[in-house]
Amino acid sequence: MSTELVIQLNTLLAAMILLTSFALLVQRRMFAILHIFAWQGFFLGLSTAVIGFATGEHHLYISSLLTLVMKVILLPYILYTLIHKLKIHREIESVMNTPATMLAGIGLVIFSYHLTAPVRQLSTLMTRSTLAVALATVMLGLLMMVTRRHAVSQIIGFLAMENGLFFAATSATYGMPMVVELGVALDLLIAAFIFGIFFFHINTTFDSLDVEQMAKLKEGD
Amino acid sequence: MTLHPMGIELLQLILLPLLAPAFVGWVKIVKCRMQGRTSPGLLQPYRDIRRLFIKDVVLADNASWIFRVTPYLAFGVILMTAGIIPLISVDLPLAATADIIALVMLFAIVRFFTALAGMDIGTAFGGMGSSREMMISSLAEPAMLMAIFTVSLASSSTSLTQMVSVMANGHFMIRPSLAFSLIAFILIALAETGRIPVDNPATHLELTMIHEAMILEYSGRYLALIEWAGMMKLMVFFSLGIAAFLPWGIAGSGDPLSLLLRGLFFVAKLAVGGVVMVLIETGLAKMRIFRLPEYLGSAFLLATLGMIAFFILE
Amino acid sequence: MSPLDIAGFSVLLLLGGALCAMLLSRFERMLVPAAFSLATLASLATATAGFLAVLQGTNHAATVAMGLPGLPFNLRLDPLAGFFLVVIGLLSTFVSLYSIGYLRAYLGKRPVTRLVVCYLLFLAGMSLVVLADDAYFFLLAWELMAASSYFLVMYEDEQAANRRAAFLYLLVAHVGAIAILLAFGIMAGLTTGGASFSNYTFDAMRAGALSPGWAAGAFFLAFFGFAAKAGVIPLHVWLPEAHPVAPSNVSALMSGIMLKTSIYGMMRVAFDLLHGFPWWWGGIVLCFGLVSAVMGVLYALMQHDLKRLLAYHSVENIGIILIGLGLSMIFTSFNFQSLAALALVASLYHTLNHALFKGLLFMGAGAVIHATHEKNMEEMGGLIHLLPWTSALFLVGCISIAGLPPFNGFVSEWLTFQALLLSPALPHPLLKLLVPLAASLLALTGALAAACFVKAFGVTFLGAWRGHRKKEQIGEVAFSMRLGMLLAALSCLALGVLPTLVMGWMDTVPLKLCGARIATSAGRFGWLWLTPYSHERASYSGPVVFFGLIAVVAATYLLLHVRRTAIRRAPLWDCGFERITPRMQYTATAFAMPIRRVFGFFFSIREQLELISPQNHPVMADSLHFRLRVRDRFWNWFYEPLSDIAFWIARRVGRLQQGRIQIYLLYSFVTLIVLLAFLG
Repeated sequence: MSTELVIQLNTLLAAMILLTSFALLVQRRMFAILHIFAWQGFFLGLSTAVIGFATGEHHLYISSLLTLVMKVILLPYILYTLIHKLKIHREIESVMNTPATMLAGIGLVIFSYHLTAPVRQLSTLMTRSTLAVALATVMLGLLMMVTRRHAVSQIIGFLAMENGLFFAATSATYGMPMVVELGVALDLLIAAFIFGIFFFHINTTFDSLDVEQMAKLKEGD
Repeated sequence: MTLHPMGIELLQLILLPLLAPAFVGWVKIVKCRMQGRTSPGLLQPYRDIRRLFIKDVVLADNASWIFRVTPYLAFGVILMTAGIIPLISVDLPLAATADIIALVMLFAIVRFFTALAGMDIGTAFGGMGSSREMMISSLAEPAMLMAIFTVSLASSSTSLTQMVSVMANGHFMIRPSLAFSLIAFILIALAETGRIPVDNPATHLELTMIHEAMILEYSGRYLALIEWAGMMKLMVFFSLGIAAFLPWGIAGSGDPLSLLLRGLFFVAKLAVGGVVMVLIETGLAKMRIFRLPEYLGSAFLLATLGMIAFFILE
Repeated sequence: MSPLDIAGFSVLLLLGGALCAMLLSRFERMLVPAAFSLATLASLATATAGFLAVLQGTNHAATVAMGLPGLPFNLRLDPLAGFFLVVIGLLSTFVSLYSIGYLRAYLGKRPVTRLVVCYLLFLAGMSLVVLADDAYFFLLAWELMAASSYFLVMYEDEQAANRRAAFLYLLVAHVGAIAILLAFGIMAGLTTGGASFSNYTFDAMRAGALSPGWAAGAFFLAFFGFAAKAGVIPLHVWLPEAHPVAPSNVSALMSGIMLKTSIYGMMRVAFDLLHGFPWWWGGIVLCFGLVSAVMGVLYALMQHDLKRLLAYHSVENIGIILIGLGLSMIFTSFNFQSLAALALVASLYHTLNHALFKGLLFMGAGAVIHATHEKNMEEMGGLIHLLPWTSALFLVGCISIAGLPPFNGFVSEWLTFQALLLSPALPHPLLKLLVPLAASLLALTGALAAACFVKAFGVTFLGAWRGHRKKEQIGEVAFSMRLGMLLAALSCLALGVLPTLVMGWMDTVPLKLCGARIATSAGRFGWLWLTPYSHERASYSGPVVFFGLIAVVAATYLLLHVRRTAIRRAPLWDCGFERITPRMQYTATAFAMPIRRVFGFFFSIREQLELISPQNHPVMADSLHFRLRVRDRFWNWFYEPLSDIAFWIARRVGRLQQGRIQIYLLYSFVTLIVLLAFLG
């Protein structure tokens, strides 16, 4: 496989990751969000493997595998069962003003392109152009957490942010050291369990996973 | 022996109006199969047009000249675009008449006059159709321009023949920007040609009509021309998509055999495109009109992402 | 006779005409045709002078020893000034012709002398603004233009609303004038540092160099001042108030040309007086242009007063012109001369086009109001049968302003698009991504403008009559009015069909301002093909589109009429609903409803639905009342806080007022001492 083809493939995968980030931002249905998240993980894993192949850094294969297992299978499965158990799979979220959110998202992508411009000039890695996408994915995840009202979609926003960070690591430095990556993966898994427990508590207390309800906790004046 | 470019031009101008009803017939056939119905056959649109041409015209009392001119104008403008879009050759003398932006504006003339014709009689339906049509078009236009812009980045040109030559001759690259703008273009084309999920060409249910509401008062040859122009518009949009995104096999020499082969290839591409459209139409339901900003917003988003992907990644 | 002589002659003609008109106020019936024929002639001369100046591409300067001692009037006619003289001359020729018929309606009802005098002074003032070559004379001409137009807006002054509108106009114009004065002050005062009067000539400003900070200060003060006059959002509020209340020929001039003088001012200051600027100046101009374009057309869609609607469209079109100007400045700052020239030509072309089609539309609106005595579109309808000429000419204006080929609005918008799409050449990464978004906003503007003019034309001219007057009382307007509109419409068509020739003619303007010409690339393939950058990049052919359309439509028509089929007239069908009345037509409000909902955020909308029913029964209603009020948000966002602050300050300052003469003397005394201490 020639280097040029690898770069093009990686570009395509980066574009797909960006697309899935936007899809997460505007999708209303719970299960669809979950599916998109799984796809994002899939593209991320594939991209890691492609970079690993091209650079000969074989530890990237392991991270790729880890990503695939964690983010395509395990985390979506956990969230899936959670959604089932809490009987919220029919819920459709009222997303605030979709076109405005989209425009804000586009603005963030352009902003992150602007931010990463100096790095792009310094770096010699073949993945340097995808750094902007990685940063944009982080920001879009954060934007998703800000605009969503439902706890589950906020968690997915958080996980998408983590995807972005991981992608940033591979495109900026061909991945973090193995130990760090393993640690992060474990953290994520634990986070998912803790979120699950929180969801149950929030759901039993407020009879809903709408985080707006938590405003009730504020002391009345 | 080679055909003179002007001859090819003329060929395209004849081909489009003749093929357009067959294309619509093909779409109907596929759709019927898909939904388990029997189809009326490939030739039904021709029969419809013929029937309408034979019938006398009934014109409302207060119809003005705008109402009577519009069908001719709609037909004429769409026919003109057939001479501009490269269907089977890039060697068209009139292709320089309009680049892709001007081409979109030519469609806008048709829409402008059709909307005026809708208001000419003074019925509530006509006004409603015009109002909705103009709303949809005003949301579709920015997305359309963005998609055009993204495509033009690759060939650094907005002239269609140039785009076709550059794309078809350059070496193959995976371009996410083009993929994104293709999806955006499909979404917009569905809106501009009044297909599901934006408008239902088969409906006459009062509250869901858009295009049909505007042309409700037409009859006889006026209606025939408008319907025919509509069919041609559908095919022109497909040709535009083919020229911009799948330009392989358009450019070539002018000898008749090669032209025939390219013509067949073009028809094959159209047929596949028709199937794709039927898949989309069967899979989706018509949207509520105030969901359309989101729909067209996503088209805009995709086109913009294409542009961004071009600058960031390619 | 040099072009400057011709221009000077025509100004003298106008000023002399104004003087004579004052003396001849007794013979109004004769005065109107005489004065406006004179104005037509003078305007024609102005246009000729400008045309020759642009064609020759040389500068003509003169100094007139008038005015204050030591401060002579400096005049100069260069290609840029010449271009704007053409804009002024061309439209005022048509409008002056139109006025002959239009003012006949006023004769005997109210004194027209004031209108005639101010009209002539107004024309003279606009020409002088463009010809002035020093700050002093420029401001003098600027004030002549502002004052005379104020009296024109005030013409029908018995209504309080008109007086308020005129006052608002005067206020904004003067806030702007102060800013322009300050900008000139900076440029004159800081260039050479001396306090000689000769610093006030534009030549001295051209020669001098400012530090970047002061240059930015001067430019943005001038931009603010000119923007106030041009109606750039958020300084646009006077426009939709003043244009509708002025007589229609005056609104045509104000909207068509007076706004353009401020575009002239911006170009003069940016490209000529200050030279060399960073890209963000252009970026800011571009942003203001975008906001004005999009918001202008959105507000226009919500109007149902025909002239108010057109006034908001002026805001939109000024925005489009500024987009071209800002882009040209961006390209200039990165030294892309030929791209800058393209953007500048797009901007100038749109200036000319807007003058013509907006003039045409205002004249058309005037004709409609003249014939129907209605201002509200909701009370019109079906006029295409009653006013066949006016409606056809108005339609030409609508198509032009909606940017549809083969008319002129399309050409300039298309050129602007081409300039915007050439932005990937820019070396700045952020601009590369943001300028295409600007292009998509321009596309949105164009499409919304088309929607708006479908509404304006459809509700006013199509359908059935729904006004109060009897249909039989409405007839076609006077010949001279039709002639004025017809000439404007023909110019719109000519500018749309033959852009290559026009661009070849105006080539000297970008050559002087940006240092590059585009006619060589634009007209490489003759007058038939327009290829603004290169023929591989993009091309358009106005003649082929125009004649092709005619040919195809005619061929279709003839082919279908080989066999004669009868046309049977019948009552309208409407899905079989029989008792349809004119009141059931779609109204302008209803037409704009989807867009009002989609873009609801930009308006402050108040909707009220009142159900009037016996015993407050929720279902059995006698009648429904729907009230809708859509307001410009800038009133609450921008002006109400501003006026609150002004009143607050006024109250504070008001404490100084004691009512005792000794205190006032004390104030004067203290001021005198302070001044002596600082200056002595």
